[in-house]
Amino acid sequence: MPVAVTMPALSPTMTEGTLAKWLVAEGDRVSPGDVIAEIETDKATMEVEAVEEGIVAGLAVPEGAEGIEVNSTILWLRGEGESADAVPVVEAPPPVADPPPPAPAQPRREASKPQPASEIDYRGETVEITVREALRDAMAEEMRRDESVFVMGEEVAEYEGAYKVTQGLLAEFGPRRVRDTPITEHGFAGLGVGAAFGGLRPVVEFMTFNFAMQAIDQIVNSAAKTLYMSGGQMGCPIVFRGPNGAAARVAAQHSQCYASWYAHIPGLVVVSPFSAADAKGLLKTAIRDPNPVIFLENEILYGRRGAVPTDPDHTVPIGRAKVLRSGRDVTVVAFSRMCAVALEAADALAGEGIDAEVIDLRTLRPLDRETIAASIRKTNRIVSVEEGWPVAGIGSEIAAIAMEDAFDWLDAPVARVTGEDVPMPYAANLEALALPDAARIAAAARAVCYA
Amino acid sequence: MSRQSSKKRGGASAKGNGRAAANGAASDSGRLLRWYRDMLLIRRFEERAGQMYGMGLIGGFCHLYIGQEAVVVGIQACLGERDSVITGYRDHGHMLAAGMEARGVMAELTGREGGYSRGKGGSMHMFSREKNFFGGHGIVAAQVPLGVGLGFSHRYKGEDGVSVVYFGDGAANQGQVYESLNLAALWELPVLFVIENNKYGMGTSVSRAAAGSGLHARGGGFGIPGRLVDGMDVRAVYEAAGEAVAEVRGGRPAILEMETYRYRGHSMSDPAKYRTREEVNQMRRDRDPIERLRHVLESEGHADADALKAIDGEIREIVADAAQFAEQSPEPDPSELYTDVLLEA
Repeated sequence: MPVAVTMPALSPTMTEGTLAKWLVAEGDRVSPGDVIAEIETDKATMEVEAVEEGIVAGLAVPEGAEGIEVNSTILWLRGEGESADAVPVVEAPPPVADPPPPAPAQPRREASKPQPASEIDYRGETVEITVREALRDAMAEEMRRDESVFVMGEEVAEYEGAYKVTQGLLAEFGPRRVRDTPITEHGFAGLGVGAAFGGLRPVVEFMTFNFAMQAIDQIVNSAAKTLYMSGGQMGCPIVFRGPNGAAARVAAQHSQCYASWYAHIPGLVVVSPFSAADAKGLLKTAIRDPNPVIFLENEILYGRRGAVPTDPDHTVPIGRAKVLRSGRDVTVVAFSRMCAVALEAADALAGEGIDAEVIDLRTLRPLDRETIAASIRKTNRIVSVEEGWPVAGIGSEIAAIAMEDAFDWLDAPVARVTGEDVPMPYAANLEALALPDAARIAAAARAVCYA
Repeated sequence: MSRQSSKKRGGASAKGNGRAAANGAASDSGRLLRWYRDMLLIRRFEERAGQMYGMGLIGGFCHLYIGQEAVVVGIQACLGERDSVITGYRDHGHMLAAGMEARGVMAELTGREGGYSRGKGGSMHMFSREKNFFGGHGIVAAQVPLGVGLGFSHRYKGEDGVSVVYFGDGAANQGQVYESLNLAALWELPVLFVIENNKYGMGTSVSRAAAGSGLHARGGGFGIPGRLVDGMDVRAVYEAAGEAVAEVRGGRPAILEMETYRYRGHSMSDPAKYRTREEVNQMRRDRDPIERLRHVLESEGHADADALKAIDGEIREIVADAAQFAEQSPEPDPSELYTDVLLEA
């Protein structure tokens, strides 16, 4: 029985093409891999190779024929000893059916982990230390706990950190586990991801997140997506950490908030703590997490002090916001350094009789929708605060959540207080104008309270 | 953590260690036949993949490895279970050579549940932890720092595994390759960089893309030895890789540049205007790695025509079975859309 060779498609969208040239004739013997014809579309040329062994029993279309439909027969092959006149009447095989429409998936806004349990109220011993020391203690404790944890980055070892966050780590853990890298963000970010694929738990410090743009392909395409693309085989337990957001007087290339950039990416977890206790507890959780975690710190917060749990088993859950100040009249959500500015604004508002609730988001992906919506149901008003730019920012997402989860409880449109929509200027006065301050937050709160 | 630096000359023309002679003719025949079989499996698998693409069963990008088979087969023959492999998007051959099942690879190409990534990766993104195959990466050269990281993990854990990192002549011009060479040399990581120079990065010939005196020499500034190898001769690949792997296992990176050739287009839709048919035909006629080995097998008496025909038949069955499996395996369940985004903590 002769075998039909059909018109191939050059791409999934191709429906027909031209048989530009025959390279075999009736009676020729062909083997798998032999080029038998060339086909063309307006975009491309392709060679058709034989897959089966056989003798050409007949050409179903002449050379130069145009408009030949994909999957229609172009040639007949017969086996050794088969009669040449057994070629059937040319009959196009049934075309490949269009794929059925995809079944409706479960509606789901965000592919994320289920909400973790609330953190346990810590009643143990605490110590008053800086955010900087809290971060260092988190790394040190996790390195003592797990041999596969190591720290890598520019100036993290001998210099003890450009911002002294890794102070003392080299002395305790040695150069195998505390690695100075060359200035090579793309390279060491990729190396870290590969090491995580290989079973280690790297903590990769970016001197600031501004420089992580050199490495963002490895963070997004390699770290975040490989688990999915491998059908769940390739976990990537890695932490990328370092200061994020505006520093002071360093101008546009060194002052930018990347929160919304990373929060956009499925496959990443994004954390940005404010207090020293959360800096420690969340970094410990991030290091233990089996997923890639973007850990956004803030240079101006490094010297801020707070009471920090000393118990090495105490951690803070990812995915839970924290109410920093309870209030009745308006909800103010913020993260990182803007929590301090929001608290300052709340104090000012209190003097005017407006009782603001201030929420520290702490985790930006997955966002704690439940805590945000619960607060709106109480206050009926919300102001979002961030240092980053307004367009497609974290505040945009907060506004969407307010609408999706608490629309009926809103008594005013959501207000956003953001960094101005300009590159960060150097001049002191312009820089101050570009960043949110307590006065602007208070003004937004008054506006949503119609006060 | 000082390490004795190897005194061996990297890259140069040091002869093989007499492995073939010592192992005797019988095992040599077995090995050559195995290589023939492995190369033929890749060739036939890729031909079938091309055909299935033409039938609309495979979508998107599909980069075939036809013509380059000797590279992965020769190198894989020098690796052990503890070694890891990573490559770019022309990866089907690497997976078959690493021992991954033809069924699972083909079913991933068709985007089905039975694929290695359960249909969520496709041609360019497949992995097997079991076989230490770490992908399958779609961004040109992104696998290079990842592979150095695998080498780092071998060293960190105190294992003597080697990380083999494949990339093409096109990738060889990416900046992250040089960041990777620097890190691998600086930290003395066990990484073998294999540059598969198939002469064209998509439609741009090497001479139009790469300055300097050869890709194998590009580690020179980092002190990484490099060697140019006939990548169309599986025995030459095996010999060069044997030396290089031994050196890398000893604790320093090395580069092998494989001169090879892809017969098919860059991907499935390729206008092929950048090279002549004569060039392609000449390569196929004079340097085809499978035909060359077939000639060796027959002329040196390692196998007769019947033995080779039996291998052909076996391969044909494996590929037909894989194709059937890939067509019959169901599409992934819609619930798969939301799985594997994050792992549970």
